[in-house]
Amino acid sequence: MASNSFNKPKKVDKAKIKVTANKRSSITAQSQWQAYLQHHKLMAVDSLQRLLSSFSSSLMTWLVLAIALSLPMTLYVSLENVKQLSRTWDQSSQMSVYLKQGTKQRFADEITAELRSWPQIQSAEYISPEQALNEFKASTGLTDVIEGLEANPLPGVISVIPKLGNQDAGGLEALEQSILEQPHVESVQLDLLWVKRLYQFMDLGQRLVWALAALLGLAVLLIIGNTIRLSIESRRDEIRVVKLVGGTDAFVRRPFLYTGIWFGLGGGLIAWILLSAGLYWLSGPVERLISLYGSEFVLKGLGPSDSLLLIFDGVVLGWLGAWLAVSRHLSRIEP
Amino acid sequence: MANVLFDHVSKSYAGGHIALTDLSFEIAQGEMAFLTGHSGAGKSTLLKLIMLMEKASQGQVLVDGVNLARVSQSNIPFHRRRIGVVFQNHQLLFDRSVFENVALPLRISGYTSRDLERRVRAALDKVGLLNKEKQNPIELSGGEQQRIGIARAVVNKPSLILADEPTGNLDPKLSAEIMNLFEQFNDVGVSVLIASHDLPLINRLPHRVIGLSEGRLAGERAANYEASGGPNNGQ
Repeated sequence: MASNSFNKPKKVDKAKIKVTANKRSSITAQSQWQAYLQHHKLMAVDSLQRLLSSFSSSLMTWLVLAIALSLPMTLYVSLENVKQLSRTWDQSSQMSVYLKQGTKQRFADEITAELRSWPQIQSAEYISPEQALNEFKASTGLTDVIEGLEANPLPGVISVIPKLGNQDAGGLEALEQSILEQPHVESVQLDLLWVKRLYQFMDLGQRLVWALAALLGLAVLLIIGNTIRLSIESRRDEIRVVKLVGGTDAFVRRPFLYTGIWFGLGGGLIAWILLSAGLYWLSGPVERLISLYGSEFVLKGLGPSDSLLLIFDGVVLGWLGAWLAVSRHLSRIEP
Repeated sequence: MANVLFDHVSKSYAGGHIALTDLSFEIAQGEMAFLTGHSGAGKSTLLKLIMLMEKASQGQVLVDGVNLARVSQSNIPFHRRRIGVVFQNHQLLFDRSVFENVALPLRISGYTSRDLERRVRAALDKVGLLNKEKQNPIELSGGEQQRIGIARAVVNKPSLILADEPTGNLDPKLSAEIMNLFEQFNDVGVSVLIASHDLPLINRLPHRVIGLSEGRLAGERAANYEASGGPNNGQ
């Protein structure tokens, strides 16, 4: 019945079967380890082939995962860019320090000199009430109205430019506070108050990124979990047979965990492609827009570490989702 | 030493259904026996107890001297690897080749490819299907599918083979061939326990018969009974 090529080993094997029929041949630890690795490789390839053989439905899952993974990453990249942009704005932020009405020129000069000596201040310039009034007249042309005033309503102002660089919202606030503590200072106004607000918004944005990442991460888990659940259902017979011939839980779990990993990896890669393409698409208009303002801002793309993080997240979530589904549903299938 | 020992075993289910009642018997190493009885007599339950698909409610089941009540959940797979099982509906997987179906228990037990190929071919050769290893089992006839099931059961060289209605769907000639295969494995020292209600076939074979009725032992016929077909010709 057998073809000729098998005739020789056949005879030998038959004899062997008889000899060892009653005792189980020993499996060494080394061969067991090799077989373990072999099975991993086999399952990795097999589960990928299964995904590719039903390509359109797999692609659908991959796209859904990619969208879920890319949304928080998009927000994160935007936020990083706004941060970078706001750093350049920060450098032009200016503070107006209003002195109390009737502060003598002598005291004003003293405070100006004092502020100038502070390390976190780049320059400070005193503008007396008269100067201010003249500037106001010149810029508004309301000379007649102003001539009609009994007294100069404007206070003295020290215009302060904080030192460039590592000023964040907290730093500016602290500076504002210590200037307020100086004598004769009525109030301090951050000319770019909105920079401060922007920081608060960015704080909020950061939290939003985390919340969104957590929610969509959960979505990824659920999507993968559900997909794996379906795949467990469709392979119910196989699982039963494997358990009956002595497959351990780990053995039964393995192909499904690999399926999860492939889903996660695919989702992560597509998310990365989507994001990179989107950023490339935006980079032209953004650069033209920025060049109008003469800024040196460059649209920041996905760095290598961000890219790796994105793909790694996909893989971990895929594996975890599969694990959750498998541990929930596999124990229910008993022979 | 007894290969399988039932010691006053009872099995009842949560719904109150009693499947086995105070059952005691033993199967010696290297013995071949049939388990007969109407459907619902408890044949399947008995096999399930040996496979640890169920646990006895009372009494003890010992396989190779190991008390199955003491086998932990995580050790069940290792217990099952020592037993070869054949099912009526053969339970083959149609998403892979004949070769891979037979190789499954070896992959589970941790054999490397070279060892595995050798053993799978030996098992397929034994059941006479070596030339079909690349085919999908769905392309084969019922008798051939059952023989693949047997090859899968013996590929791991178990000391005990259990079969649940292995000839259920086969015509008499194929059934006799299948039984002959089991006898061949029994000849090399493997214990075989076959649940079957194919009495004409069983009566022609000279092996021990254990009869079950409503979960109790109902008559037993010793081996080497002067069967009408003569001992061990299996035709």
